[in-house]
This record gives sequence, C-alpha cells and structure tokens, in this order.
Amino acid sequence: MVPWQSNERPPNMKPAPFSYHRPESVTDAVAMLSTLEDAKILAGGQSLMAMMNFRYLAPDHIVDINRIPELTEIREDGDAIRFGAMVRQRDAMDSPLVQALCPLLIEALTHVGHIQTRNRGTIGGSLSHLDPSAEMPAVFSALDAVLHVSGARGDREVSIADWSLGFMMPNLESDELLVGITAPCWPRGHGYAFLEMARRHGDFALAGAGALMTLNGDGSIARVAIALTGVDTGPVRLRDAETALVGQMPGEALFAEAAKSAEAVAGIDDVHAPADYRRRLAVVYTRRALVKAHERALQGKA
Amino acid sequence: MSWVGSSVPRVEDPDLLTGQGQFIDDLHLPNMLHAAVVRSPYAHARIGKIDCSAALEMPGVHAVLTHADLPRQFRDQRLLLLVPNPGIRHPVTNYALAKDEACFAGEAVAFVVADDRYIAEDAAERVIVDYDPLPAVSDCRAALAPGAATAHAGRDDNIAAELPMAFGDIDAAFDGAAHIFKESLFVHRGGGHPIECRGVVAAYDPAMDSMMLWSNSQAPHMLRNVYAKMMGVSEGRVRVIASPDIGGGFGPKVLYYQEQFCAAAAARQLGRPVKWIEDRRENFTSTYQERDQYWDVEIAVDEEGKLRGVRGSMIHDSGAYVPWGVITPFISATTVPGPYVLPAYRMDVSVAFTNKVATTPVRGAGRPQAAFVMERLMDRVARELDLDPAELRRRNFVQPEQMPYPVGLVFRDGNPVVYDSGDYPQCQEKSLELADYDNFRARQADARAEGRYIGIGLGSYVEGTGLGPFEGVNVKVEMSGGVTVQTGGTAIGQGLRTMLGQVVADRLGVAPEDIAVTPGDTAGVSIGIGTFASRLTANAGPSAQMAANTVREKLIKAASHLLEAAEEDLDLAEGRVFVKGVPGHGKTFAEIASFTNGMPGFALPGGVVPGLEETSYFTPERSTYANGAHVAEVEVDIETGAVTILRYCTAHDCGTMINPKMVEGQVIGGVAHGVGNALYEWMRYDDDAQPQTVNFGEYLIPMATDVPRVEQVHMQSPTPLNPLGAKGAGEGGTIPALAAIAAAIEDALAPFGVHIAQAPVTPHYVLALLDAARASGTD
Amino acid sequence: MGEKREIRLSVNGEATTREVEVRWTLVDFLRHELKLTGTHVGCEHGVCGACTVLIDGRSTRSCLTLAVQADGCQITTIEGLSPAEGLNPLQQAFSDHHGLQCGYCTPGVLCTLTEFLQDNADPNEEEIRIALSGNLCRCTGYQGMVDAALAYVAARKGSTV
Repeated sequence: MVPWQSNERPPNMKPAPFSYHRPESVTDAVAMLSTLEDAKILAGGQSLMAMMNFRYLAPDHIVDINRIPELTEIREDGDAIRFGAMVRQRDAMDSPLVQALCPLLIEALTHVGHIQTRNRGTIGGSLSHLDPSAEMPAVFSALDAVLHVSGARGDREVSIADWSLGFMMPNLESDELLVGITAPCWPRGHGYAFLEMARRHGDFALAGAGALMTLNGDGSIARVAIALTGVDTGPVRLRDAETALVGQMPGEALFAEAAKSAEAVAGIDDVHAPADYRRRLAVVYTRRALVKAHERALQGKA
Repeated sequence: MSWVGSSVPRVEDPDLLTGQGQFIDDLHLPNMLHAAVVRSPYAHARIGKIDCSAALEMPGVHAVLTHADLPRQFRDQRLLLLVPNPGIRHPVTNYALAKDEACFAGEAVAFVVADDRYIAEDAAERVIVDYDPLPAVSDCRAALAPGAATAHAGRDDNIAAELPMAFGDIDAAFDGAAHIFKESLFVHRGGGHPIECRGVVAAYDPAMDSMMLWSNSQAPHMLRNVYAKMMGVSEGRVRVIASPDIGGGFGPKVLYYQEQFCAAAAARQLGRPVKWIEDRRENFTSTYQERDQYWDVEIAVDEEGKLRGVRGSMIHDSGAYVPWGVITPFISATTVPGPYVLPAYRMDVSVAFTNKVATTPVRGAGRPQAAFVMERLMDRVARELDLDPAELRRRNFVQPEQMPYPVGLVFRDGNPVVYDSGDYPQCQEKSLELADYDNFRARQADARAEGRYIGIGLGSYVEGTGLGPFEGVNVKVEMSGGVTVQTGGTAIGQGLRTMLGQVVADRLGVAPEDIAVTPGDTAGVSIGIGTFASRLTANAGPSAQMAANTVREKLIKAASHLLEAAEEDLDLAEGRVFVKGVPGHGKTFAEIASFTNGMPGFALPGGVVPGLEETSYFTPERSTYANGAHVAEVEVDIETGAVTILRYCTAHDCGTMINPKMVEGQVIGGVAHGVGNALYEWMRYDDDAQPQTVNFGEYLIPMATDVPRVEQVHMQSPTPLNPLGAKGAGEGGTIPALAAIAAAIEDALAPFGVHIAQAPVTPHYVLALLDAARASGTD
Repeated sequence: MGEKREIRLSVNGEATTREVEVRWTLVDFLRHELKLTGTHVGCEHGVCGACTVLIDGRSTRSCLTLAVQADGCQITTIEGLSPAEGLNPLQQAFSDHHGLQCGYCTPGVLCTLTEFLQDNADPNEEEIRIALSGNLCRCTGYQGMVDAALAYVAARKGSTV
C-alpha cells in the first residue's frame, strides 16, 4: 500500500471511471491489451480493486479475465504441475494434486490473507502484482518455476529468476498477460517448509522463507532450495547457501551457518519494520525453514 | 423475579443478526444527494483561491461549498468549544470549512454535492485549491521547543494548555524518601476505529425553517445545541436523531465535526436532503483520535515500598485544535494515583499543538496511559526492592474501610476525586487466583529450561465512571398500552435498549422485549448529554428507574379508582394492574391510559394526574469509581520479538451488574482495544505531519487470532451514589491492559534485563531492547 | 454518466436483471440499487470484512468485486441467510452467546462462518479464530462469536446421530 504522500492530488475514493472489457479467451484478452491504451488486467481483484477504490490507480480500461476457462486448470505436466494463471488460491489449496505434489504451495497459502481473499485471489495475479512481501513469488522461486506469457507477438516462457524486473515490475509488456505457471515437482516425500513472520494472521510477511529438501541414503542433503520474501523488491534465492549445503550432514549448526548468508539481503523499510529488522528475520526464518524442511524430509523417507 | 441482574437476551439482536439494523448509510430519503469532501493534503498551508468551475461543470454535480458559501450565521464562527478549562491558553477549534488556513492534513476545505458518491468524488478531484504550504510541526515535544514552527500561523508558540496539578507536600515526600526511581515513558494510543465510519444526513424544511439531522453521533443533544446556537435559531427548530443503530463509537463519534455543519448548510442551500458518509481513509485523517504522551516521572517510596509521592511532567499531543478541551490529558493526570494511597503528587502537564488532527478521548480516555505510568513505576519499585509486584501493590492499595476515599485531586466534573466504593485488595486477589499466579514462577522456570520465555504482568486501575450531570429518560404508557422509553443517550452496541428495558421492566412488570426503547432522538427528551465516559448505566439507569417508578405510581393511583381498591392492594404484571390475589380483577395498561387521557369535560378523580408519562433526570452527586485488576501471561520469541498472549485474566467491579453477560462482553471488547494499544496500533506521521498509516493494512487492529480468551471474575461493590448501585463498565477492559501486557513482556525477558518504556510494544522494539541489554551486559 | 452494462444475476434466490455502471462495486450495488442494506461498508480496501457476502457459495469481499463481475452469479447476503421469521440456528447461537454488540460487522461474520461451517464439520477454537481473522470486530473481542460457533457445531453434531 502506498501511503498518502501526494501533495498534489488529495486522495479520493470510489473507482474513477473506466471502460470495462470481458474477454472470453486468451486471444481476445491479448487483442484487447494490444489495442487499448492504459489498460489494467483484473484478475482476483484483491489487490487491484483496493488500489482502484483508493484511486491510487485509475486506468482507462479494465480487462476482466475472470471468464476465461482455459486459465483455471490445474494439471500434471510430466514431472511438473501446470497452473493456469487464474487458478484461485483456494482451489490450489483444495486440489488433491497440489496437496500430493506441491505441499510447499499449500503451506505458503495458509499464510496468504484470509478465506475471503483466497476465494478470489489467484496464483497468477499474485505473481503479476509482485508485492515484495507476497508469498507466491517466493514459492515459485524455490520451485524454479517457468512462467508462460501470451502477447501480441506470440507466446514466450520466462523463468522465475527473470520474472521480477524491479519493484512491482514483472517481465510483461503492456500487451501481454501471464497465462500459466509450470512448477517442476520435487519427489514424493520431499521435505518442505514455508514459515513467515507477519504481524497478524494473513498479513504480508515481514520476512518469510520457503525451503525444499531431499536427502541422500546416508541422510546427507541431496538437494535444497531456499527462497525468501519480504526482504527485497522480488523473491531472493539463497543459491550460495544451497550450494554450501549440498552433500552436508544436516544439523542445527549447519543450518544456522547457512542461514547467515541471508544477512546480505537488502531488506525493506516501511511503517511496519525497518530493513535491518527484516534482515535479522531473514536469517531466523531461513534457519527455521531448513530445520522444518529437514524434519519433513526425514518423515518422508520413513 | 428481577430483570435487573439477569443476563436477559439482548432485544437489539434479532434485527442486527438478520441485517435489519438501521445505520446512517442505510437511510435513503427521496431526492437525497451525496457529498464528498475536499481535504487539505498539506499539514499546514494558507488557502488561497478555490476554483470550483471544473467540478461544477460535471453532470450530476449540484454544488461545491467553500467557506465563503457557508451560512453567514456561522461561517465565521469556529465550532463551539464545550469543555473549557482555565488552563487552555489558546482555545481554538476549526471552522465548518477551513477559511484561509489549513492546520492538518485532512482538514475539510470544500464540500461537493452530487447525484451519487462516485460523481461527488470525481468532482472533488477537480476542485483546484491554491495552497501555499507553511512549515508544519509534527512531534509534540519538538512543538514545545523554542523556535519551533507554529501549528497556527501568527502564534508565538504551540502551547495549547498548561495543567499543573498537585496535592500533598511533594517536596517533603521526596526529600525524606528511602528510594527514588525515575522513568521516561512514551505512550501512543491510536484511534477508535469503529467498523462503521462517521456519517450524517441533513434535511431542511423551509416551510417550518427546521433542520433535521440524522447522524451516528454519540451525543445528539450536543450536536443540536451547538448547531442551534451557531445558527442562531431556536433549538426547537433543530432535531437530531442519532441513527437507530450505530456501528461502534468509542469516543470519536461524541464530537461534532465540520461535515455535519456542511451537510446542513448544503441541505439548506439546495432544498434537498444531503448525505455524507465518511470513508475509511477520511476516518484515518479527519476523525479525532488519541495519540502521543511523553511522561518524565519519579516515584518516592519508603524502605517497605510504601508510596510517598509521585511527581513529574507530561507532554500531550493535542493536534491542531482543542474541540473537546483538554479532557484527555486532564483525565490522564488525575488517574495516575490509581488504587493506591498516594500522600503527595505533582504532575505538570503541557498540551502542545501540532499540525495533525485533534486528539479527543478514545475508549479509556487517557486512563490507559495513566495506568501504564503508575504500574510501570510500581513494577520498577518492585524490581528494585526485590518485592513481588503483587505484594508491593498490597502494601499500597486503598483499603475498603477507607472508602469513601478522597484522592486529593479535582475530576473533570469539577468535583473532588473521591473513590466511593470498592475493595481493591480483594479484586487483585481474585485476579491472581484466577490466573494461578502463585504457581507461575514454577511454570516460568520449566519454560526457560525448554528455551521458552514466558512472563506474567499485573495491571490495576480505578476508573471514574457515571459522569454527570444527568441523562434524562422519558417513560410513557401509550394509548395502546405499549410502554415506550426515550433517552438522550445513544445505542452504540453496548445494549442500551436492553439495559434500560430491564430497569423499566422491573418497575412496570412488562418484559424488556415488549418495551420500545428509542435512544438518541432530541425530540424524545428535551435535554441530554450523550453516551461516553461509561456514564449511561449510572445516569440513564437511575433516571429510567425514577421515571418508571412515577409511571407505576400513576398507574396504580388511576387503577385504584377504576378498580375501587386500595393502592397497597394492587400489583403490576404483564401489562396489567390487578388486585393481589384476585388476578382476574384488573385493568390493562391500555384501559388505564385511556382513562388518564380523559374525556372532554369530565374531571379526573382526585389525585389522578393526566397521562401515564414521566421524564426524570437523575443527577448524581459526583462520578462513581469502578475498578479492576488484570493479569496477563505472554510468551516472547526472542529471535523475532513477537509476543503471544497465552492467558488473560480479569477481575472487574462495576457495582451492580444490570446484565452480567453484557458486562462480560464489555470487558472482553475493552481488552481487545487494550491488546491493540499494547502491541499493534500506531498512527504514524512523518516529520511534515503527513499521516503515514491510512488504511487497515498499515494500521493494525487486532484480529480474532490476536485477542486472547478473556477469563473473568466479577465483584459487585455497589455505589451509594445512585439507587441502582451501578457503575460504568464500558472502558474497564481497556484501561490496565497495556500496563499488564507490558509488564508481562518485561517479566518474560527478565533474564536479559530489558525495560519496557513505550507502547505499543512492537517486535522490533523488543529486539532493539534485547540488543541494548546484551551490549550493556545487563543480561 | 459512466459506462453501463446489463447484468443478470440471482440475489438471495431471486433472479434480477439490472443495468449497472461498470465502476460500481458490488457492495454499493447491493446496498443502494437493491436496497439490501444488511451488508455493510467498513473500509473499501478488503481488510475489515464487513462487506462479506457469498458469491456462488464462497465468502467474498463485495467491496473488492465490481457489480458487473456478479453477472451470472448467485449472490447470498445476510438477508438471504435469514429465515422469514426468527433466526437461523447460527444466528440464534450468536444471540445466546452474546456474539454481537453494535452489529455492524455481524452480517459479514455470519456469511464467512456460513461457508466455513459448511466446509468444516468439527472445527476447534483455533480453527474458528483463523476463519474469523478476515473479519474485524471492534466491539466484542471475538470471544462471543467463537463461543457461538462452537455451540453451533456442538448442537449440529449432537443432532446428527
């Protein structure tokens, strides 16, 4: 949320006038985005509508993509799950497929807002909005997801690592929309954890960490991924820590040492907390997520 | 059976549960127009030309009022200040629309009226105001420093008021003291933030030259009186109806605001009803709130920890105006002594203007701050003298046999602060028992062994309630036989209709759900004060009892004639008066009402007065003092500073409980505000006095996952000051919560030697304290 | 006037066709066009939950939904949850357990709990509080609502033998 800082325009409420469009297919949506000036995509509305109600945003055109059936599917795609961009967060949580193959997403979603917001909010919407404190970008960063974009110049794929171009700026042209996300699955029984510090239930994370882990036969770490939210403009993958952890025997001390690399994150200053506090949280939650992911990895092997 | 004292189901509930409540925005009048407000974006600015032309050109826009368009009767009058105090140096309030100077970001500058709110907002965006920014002062301490920018142009300083108060020989108290401890404390309280924002509908009848205002005001008579006075019209030509239902008050809805006058002005000008409903953004920037207090205090005690004196100074942030005088800091300063025997006291209060919205009471009204100060001082003494905090308090409580106990100060009602009844030691004992306090240290040791940090904290308080001078109640039996009750108090969710229904039911033998209570209509009762300061039960309750008694007497007297029976042989039940033992021989209320209404020409029999109606104004001699003791148990995550409340226990004494379940609800609701105060709520401004937290994502109100289950035990020390023996119960849950929670956090972190000296206690404040303690080696 | 669209929807079981301005929020449409004033506005930015209604059975913030988006949907408001006379069992539990004070947040709370209690057969206190976390109340401290929900669940379990 952007605080009222403008000294030029006093704030007003209720959405400003706009023209409303409701495409029924991705092709229609792309055509609209290509021809309309100053258009915004309306997905779940949980972010956009609040900003429009405050007149922080007053687009000339709204393109409502809530009636495009092809965007709501969840399906297995080889060793991955393919989510349509308009999969409601609630539907992802209820999906047996996601519960079985992508438990990190499920756990993260328990921290995202409330029942009412998850009933409407979408996976793709959160990824396109790219709030620095949102959980979805960190989850899909840990999963090394690939994002599918459709636009006037055709379709393209963007790896999650290339998705955030800056503060709330996804790798999307104005005539493109996110249509799907492919998340490679980790093997059954893998360890996972999504933990965050928020002031109240469902609030944006002051800092949060998502961790995935698999173990070798001797208990050493075979593979690990850690992604943070709330500490920079976009999700932060702790690749150096991951590299250092592979092949090591797990333990509190090892995880605490690995977590120290989270100190280097930029942090965010806002009304809730200063950046250095968030940096400290990043270290704490990295360690805690690794510990928990390891616990679950052990349970998964049993 | 007695209705009073029984947890009668609330008569308000069926309508509210089915969405049939009538809140201000539910009112739809024919031809009604809708308003939006243009507000100053600058905390301090001169206002030059206002260009409304673009706004007025828009289809659907009917008017844009600026200061110049206000009725000449009140255009250049500042809103009346109803609570003067000789300590106020500059009794300034704002105009209905800012004239040539805006003094806080959010001050109303223009009032746009259109066919609907959407159009009104579009038009408001197009009103061009020529602002010339002036230096703004944000922090109340900085405001009092020499050379500070002044919140009001042309003034020499930012001193709104100076309120010294003292009793006893404070110098002797400190000179001879075995121990003296100093504390510097910062307490922030935010805003009331009822879920329903403010609102008003104004309708003017030119044929009768009468103004009708509906508003979710906690004090409709006050609004009527102020409007009538400022307009120079008879109060009989102004009717204010507090919305039948109000979505929470908590204090800020007591006051009258710019927009109510603007709506009235627009309704007069346009000849159509005008509605203005505040949005939440406006609620953050233009509704009165509590805010910052800085205290520098010292406590003097003897070897045993018995109090000798407390002295110090306090700076209170008034905001840009003093619409409710200096009530909040006054109450804070007079509440510090609390439930303790304090031989000497001196507090020098400075109230500072800043370029922010004005501060006025929010639930607790300055007492949470006072309780925090006194309880932090007591905890400091306990720690330094190595005494159990509960034992230290035991040594200092006012004892029940000392009642009535004069504290030595004068309260806001001009009367001496005299605690009328209560057993403070017993109250603390009950709270400790409920909290299993005696076994806590063992539990704490076990937790520490597991690497968990839990702590326990106490908060005791005394609260002035039942503020006079009165709240009248009219009780009437109508021709239909139905019983109606009217009062100037308003229903803000506290169950007023049920409470008054219970009191009247006991006298008239009619069930509460059959009594129609209409609060908050200035046409129902001629004069009134309003709902605030936990005053209605102690004022309107006894008024209702008096009025119902008189109506009962009238019913009996008339019935004795009709039934040819002696008055002492008659009784009332189920809407009838009948001969005791011969229930068949009686008259219905309707029959008696018809009789006392008379027939033209026929005299009423001797002793029978016309009608079955009475308006009574109980006038309490002075305020009555409720009290309580809270015990909070918390856990602190020392890696993140996060605080979880594990248990929360309260002992509460509000005298006679008219409806115990409703009292319990008030305590829990009060504690929820206290939890917000202690951990979450912080209304932030930057150095230019720009509001930084202007929505519910930035300003944090406790959720269902943040408020603990509140365990309660109740005592009833009836007050001798009203016939019901009842004291107020609306704020007691809030008052000591901050103190108890802060103490518990400090206790949890005792191994580190941290000291909690501010509220709210945020996680990163906790970490900062832990860092400082480690660095200084106090752990 | 702003751009308009016709919408066809069902509100509390009644089919309705209306022309709406595309920028109207659903809550404003319900309250001011359909005069269903039981749903309330508290913040207009999707945090307080006073505006919660059920859209196709799912609790939703109607301040964050455009009226045009309700085209083809079934909307249930507090008026639709209430019987013609008296109170439904959840409402009765709220009355029995002092689950409301000013009543402003209550319709939103009841919509949220209606969905939650349909989807969850035997929630405990913690789960109920989490479910309620999206509805802010400034009066009750939530305890009465939690007690009401627990009582409702217990009665429902008791009556399904």
